[in-house]
Amino acid sequence: MDWGQIFEFSLRAGLGSDAIIYAMAAIGLNVHFGYTGLLNFGQAGFMSVAGYGLASSVATFGLSFWVAIPIGLLAAVVFALLLGAPTLRLRADYLAIVTIAAAEIIRITVGSVSLLEYFGGRDGLQEYNDSFDRLNPYQGPLDLFLFTLRPDDAWVFTVGWILVGLAVLLVWALMRSPWGRVLKSIREDEEAVRSLGKNVYSYKMQSLVLGGVLGGVAGFLVALDQAAINPENFSTDVTFFAYTVLILGGAARVFGPVVGAILFWFLISVLGNFFTAATAGQDPLISPAIMDDNQASLVRFIAAGLGLVLLVIFRPQGIFGDKREIALDAR
Amino acid sequence: MPADTTTPAPRTGAPHPSAAEAVAALGGVPREPGAPKPDPILVADDIHRQFGGLVAVDVGHLEVQRGVITALIGPNGAGKTTFFNLLTGFDRPDRGTWSFNGRKLCSVAAYKVARLGMVRTFQLTKVLSKLTVIENMRLAATGQSGERFLSALLPFRWNRQEQANTERADALLQRFKLDAKREDFAGSLSGGQRKLLEMARALMVQPELVMLDEPMAGVNPALKQSLLGHVKTLRDDGHTVLFVEHDMDMVRDISDWVVVMAQGRIVAEGPPEDVMADPTVIDAYLGAHHDTALTVEEEEELLRTQRATEEDKT
Repeated sequence: MDWGQIFEFSLRAGLGSDAIIYAMAAIGLNVHFGYTGLLNFGQAGFMSVAGYGLASSVATFGLSFWVAIPIGLLAAVVFALLLGAPTLRLRADYLAIVTIAAAEIIRITVGSVSLLEYFGGRDGLQEYNDSFDRLNPYQGPLDLFLFTLRPDDAWVFTVGWILVGLAVLLVWALMRSPWGRVLKSIREDEEAVRSLGKNVYSYKMQSLVLGGVLGGVAGFLVALDQAAINPENFSTDVTFFAYTVLILGGAARVFGPVVGAILFWFLISVLGNFFTAATAGQDPLISPAIMDDNQASLVRFIAAGLGLVLLVIFRPQGIFGDKREIALDAR
Repeated sequence: MPADTTTPAPRTGAPHPSAAEAVAALGGVPREPGAPKPDPILVADDIHRQFGGLVAVDVGHLEVQRGVITALIGPNGAGKTTFFNLLTGFDRPDRGTWSFNGRKLCSVAAYKVARLGMVRTFQLTKVLSKLTVIENMRLAATGQSGERFLSALLPFRWNRQEQANTERADALLQRFKLDAKREDFAGSLSGGQRKLLEMARALMVQPELVMLDEPMAGVNPALKQSLLGHVKTLRDDGHTVLFVEHDMDMVRDISDWVVVMAQGRIVAEGPPEDVMADPTVIDAYLGAHHDTALTVEEEEELLRTQRATEEDKT
């Protein structure tokens, strides 16, 4: 077994496009859930309206890439307003139900046959990122000492981490301000905040829009990373992986989603590569009677689930969380 | 703002001149439900709220005098808290009008009511557990430019305001003796300290009318004295106080005027001594036959009718 190779692959997964996309989506969820206490179970929906907004504007309607970006962001804003308007005055669980349903509606709608000419059905859309590729400054592979990236991967990698950096900076600046204080207070007790003269509904809406737009940027990265987009990129487990990333890193912590995403994809990849290597070849490390090479790729998710259970039991505050805060809930 | 709050006992210093006048003005007010006051800050008319078949609040007319401490008392389920919720916009009545400082408040959102200067606390204290005590206080300041999304990104636009608010908050924390807890999570405070924090936080809004929903519930006797002092200080500083309370000692001790509710209606009004002696009030609290002992025959009769009604139900 080549441990060096397993490590290299895993490191690439931990810093690569999956980690970037999930870090971005989880930063948005952190604004919703971590800071404001909004249970958004439809982050995949925000990602897909923005991703498809970008892709179909260029591929279907022939608009410029630079017009398509604001269209995609606008789509995420409108989606947030539509979901928030009826639900944000109600109890928190209504938002959860509506968002998860809306995300599925979007996914099934863009994949439908009757809208094939706009969204490409189940095959999705391609050929919308020429303008993005043309800006690529990398001529050859990018050598990052520990691993190398092909030029187009390197370009998404660069842009992706810059965007994640900007998003972290934005969230940090907002959450140290009085605006962020209102959001955190709403998470604690919205009636109290209302009794102190703050328009709770408006702040919840602002939070939903901000986190949704950040999710939309994650959707852009999905579209640009593969140069193709299809409905299966935005299934419900995307949202739940993003939640896993957020809880792992620590909710309501600025760097929580970023570290969570890196660690999540690194560990998933280590497990996946290890089990693949351990079951491959003539004389595998793990006997085929226990696990064959087809099962190897699934076992990593079983192990990841077990890891998450252990995390919630032994370190419920996540990596960056403050144990004192969790202790308050137990009172 | 007077800083004479170092003793835990009720304040004995001379009250705000206008407070004394306001109290004196109550002298000529008739002792009857819905009595008109010389200078009302809050006027409510025909407020009605029904939950299914239960009429929770049915208040004909109520005026609250400016600058005094008015107590709202009544047995459990009398509709006091519901009435509070209606007045502050946390619930909407089926019908009725009410005004604060002459401004109509029907279907005005709760946060706007607070901004107008009518701030409430809650029966079950609502501190923001995972924020520190000082952050709880800062939140309550009104008109913060840093609470707007774009200004929030430009600290130079709110830094000075934040500093001024922090100074005001620190002064209040000192007055309520919470300054030692400044950096602690509000969730780590004891029940009594939470009551104090909630009251201090309400004052950050700079309200004209402070509405306290059971400020003494779950507070130990030692802290009770200091809370009483704080409530009196509110009046002496020129605030109007309306509070709901079960603790009769507190009501007798600090209130200038008492309004009694029973089964959603206002049944009596007047200064504490008069109200406590009012037979309607005693009936409402203790039942009409509380002072006569039952004979054996009467008790058996009572049990028999009870059993009969239970059998009827089944």
